[in-house]
Amino acid sequence: MPETTPSTAHQFETLSQQRDADIAGMWIFLATEVMFFGGLIMCYTFARYSYPQVFEAASHRLYVGYGGTNTAILLCSSFTMALAVRAAQMGDRKWLLRLLMATIGLGLAFLTVKGFEYHTDYVEHLVPRLDFRWEGGESPHAELFFWLYFTLTGLHALHVTIGICVLGTMAILAGRGRIGEIPVEIAGLYWHFVDIVWVFLFPLLYLVGHRS
Amino acid sequence: MKNGVPSSRAYVGTFVALMALLGITIMAGYIDLGVLNLPIAMAISLAKTLLIILFFMHVWHGSRLTWVIAGAGFFWLMLLLVLAMTDYRTRTPVAPMPASHVQLP
Amino acid sequence: MNPVLDTPASTAPQEGEPPENYLTEHTVISWLLTTDHKRIGILYLLSILVYFAIAAVAAAMMRIELLWPDGRLVLPETYNKLFTIHGVLMVWFFLIPSIPAVLGNFVIPLMIGARDVAFPKLNLLSWYLFMFGGVLVVYSVIVGGVDTGWTFYTPYSTTYANPNVVTMVAGVFVAGFGSILTGLNFIITIHKMRAPGLTWFRLPLFIWSMYSTSLILVLATPVLAITLLAITVERIWGIGIFDPNLGGDPVLFQHMFWFYSHPAVYIMILPGMGVVSELITCFSRKKIFGYNFIAFSSIAIAVVGFMVWGHHMFVSSQSIYAGMVFSILSFIVAVPSAIKVFNWTATLYKGSVSFETPMLYALGFIGLFTIGGLTGLFLAALAVDVHLHDTYFVVAHFHYIMVGGMVMGFMGGLHYWWPKITGRMYPEMAGRVAALVTFVGFNLTFFPLFLLGYLGQPRRYHSYPPEFQVFHVLSTAGASILGVGYLMPLIYLLWSLRHGKKAPANPWGATGLEWQTPSPPPRDNFETIPEVNGEPYDYPPLEQRTVEPI
Repeated sequence: MPETTPSTAHQFETLSQQRDADIAGMWIFLATEVMFFGGLIMCYTFARYSYPQVFEAASHRLYVGYGGTNTAILLCSSFTMALAVRAAQMGDRKWLLRLLMATIGLGLAFLTVKGFEYHTDYVEHLVPRLDFRWEGGESPHAELFFWLYFTLTGLHALHVTIGICVLGTMAILAGRGRIGEIPVEIAGLYWHFVDIVWVFLFPLLYLVGHRS
Repeated sequence: MKNGVPSSRAYVGTFVALMALLGITIMAGYIDLGVLNLPIAMAISLAKTLLIILFFMHVWHGSRLTWVIAGAGFFWLMLLLVLAMTDYRTRTPVAPMPASHVQLP
Repeated sequence: MNPVLDTPASTAPQEGEPPENYLTEHTVISWLLTTDHKRIGILYLLSILVYFAIAAVAAAMMRIELLWPDGRLVLPETYNKLFTIHGVLMVWFFLIPSIPAVLGNFVIPLMIGARDVAFPKLNLLSWYLFMFGGVLVVYSVIVGGVDTGWTFYTPYSTTYANPNVVTMVAGVFVAGFGSILTGLNFIITIHKMRAPGLTWFRLPLFIWSMYSTSLILVLATPVLAITLLAITVERIWGIGIFDPNLGGDPVLFQHMFWFYSHPAVYIMILPGMGVVSELITCFSRKKIFGYNFIAFSSIAIAVVGFMVWGHHMFVSSQSIYAGMVFSILSFIVAVPSAIKVFNWTATLYKGSVSFETPMLYALGFIGLFTIGGLTGLFLAALAVDVHLHDTYFVVAHFHYIMVGGMVMGFMGGLHYWWPKITGRMYPEMAGRVAALVTFVGFNLTFFPLFLLGYLGQPRRYHSYPPEFQVFHVLSTAGASILGVGYLMPLIYLLWSLRHGKKAPANPWGATGLEWQTPSPPPRDNFETIPEVNGEPYDYPPLEQRTVEPI
């Protein structure tokens, strides 16, 4: 039984109009995010096209263990998020709360793994401008790869963090029984998008060329 | 779908498919496919993306507007990449590219 | 056409008191925390005026400097800072917000029979982001200025220019998010909040233009944001994505910058075209010719406009083959604009044309935009562009479109909807005189620049060979006349707020839902949401028209 009856904002005539507008609005926002990340992908495309060998060598310095684990974590979190939205739609407050917490937990796990990974990268002198060392010539080009790696994954991690904050707020409201279905659905769309970005980043950054 | 709410079975199926595709992605990263490594990796990512969009993000049962918006974002990114790469792919250098002589601090 | 609105007894105004409208509440807080799209439109109007004034002062200083071939007023570095701040403020803080954020915000919900935009709080956030960005930009000028040009080309901006670049670029970055949110708001509003019966092909053409503009806003601006971020990163940490010494490519910057900035010019003209469509029909008292063509042309301009950016880069060392592709596409993108010009002209044919101030601006737009647009084709031709690139010809071309086109469209729209916004009529004779003065001043300012460019004077130079002086003197003379033309509306529009004739709901006898609510409108726009069951621009045919005195 839903415990909240969402009210219609004054500019809308009906609740379903509001729902449609909110969801379409989030989709437009996601389209803008595609273009935002897309600009960096343009830089990546140029750099990889220009320096294919160095890119491959640099990519192989990243650990598939970290990247693969993180991809699996995010895919799981998308699963729990989709189920959370379903729980909200069915008015199941208990499961909504549990699934939101699960998604948040997986998000935090992602960030934790990322943190360990960044530390490893730093220790191995792969952070541009911070005691960066590259054997094998074309050091500035390798540095370009790592700049793209840190900027892309850093921007992505920022989006994950924002998502966690939003979901956290929703979990608190859900705990008090004061959240409707629409905000959860919209947050879900955002979260899935963040997952999709990583689904592309993983092969682009970790699996350039082939590893032996 | 019952009362507009998708069954959890669709979600489970999608999740299993996604994890399987992840496995294939990683395996393909260890096989020498030459120039095909990139297109295959991108195709698998695209497949994962479609699964997430269609099922987790409800576009399969969604309105035409969401289809259009989702497609538009992707199309516009392709415009940027494809048209800009027409420049890079058709440049004819007049001299060989010099190696970098920059000494980094 | 003026419906009598029943006000419930409890809120009925006292004898002689004006009815409550969106302007009634007048505390400062009610303005600064408003979510009313009408008030937000006015907030934008006031802010863009301030930014316009600063940019205009910069322009005046440039034009005075250019009176003498050897440049005596300012140092060369200062001249560079002047054209930079002029460009940055005019593009991002005047032209891009002008019609969309001012007139669009005010008029769109009224035109489609809605009570507000889809996301009113995001709307207010947009304005604050805009203001914060503008403050950063102005601050960067106060602390010394930036001399890279509004285009921030690398490697100068990333390696050699002064550090204020970062602040200025940050300001544009922040303001950009404001415009993304505005575009998002408009798209959803137009999709989801139209009145019953208002199908897509019954919408006023202003809405089609604003929709197309919003598509560009949401899809192009994020790429600008990333590009500006990349400049900042390169500046601060020296990563060389745009630096050839470190494996980067300065032309990559240009690709990313112009991927946004070319569609941006369509952000800056499509709304003006939308206004002109409204004005031409109203003041010809005739249904617009070729509604569907104009509607689809707006979308076509928005879409194809994303495919032509390389025409800014013909001589940048971009591949000649890419240049050919961009050149052909640039010719193609001119076609929908030309279609619009033909259709507006055809609308005038056999119309009862009257020459109120908004119509004068609309007619000026058509003529000057045509000249500006045609000269764009000169520049789209690869071989001709080699000669004309980075000369005054380009400067004249875009000022004809931006000032002769868009600013005139803005002025026309502002006068047209002024009665609706303020409840007052502006003085008609003063309006017409100002429009004519503007037209004369504009042409005198910018036509000589075509000749200068053709003769070879590069742009962004503060000194020049003496034989060019006559053109510069003519241009500066024109600029002073143009200044008068802009000052006049500032004065009489302010005057009209107190002393202008009170405006009825529909002073122009125009079609459109915005004219079916009082001037100024109540807070929630309509007493009851109207229902639409007729075609747009439903003016009576020629035989049935009566001539109305102004």
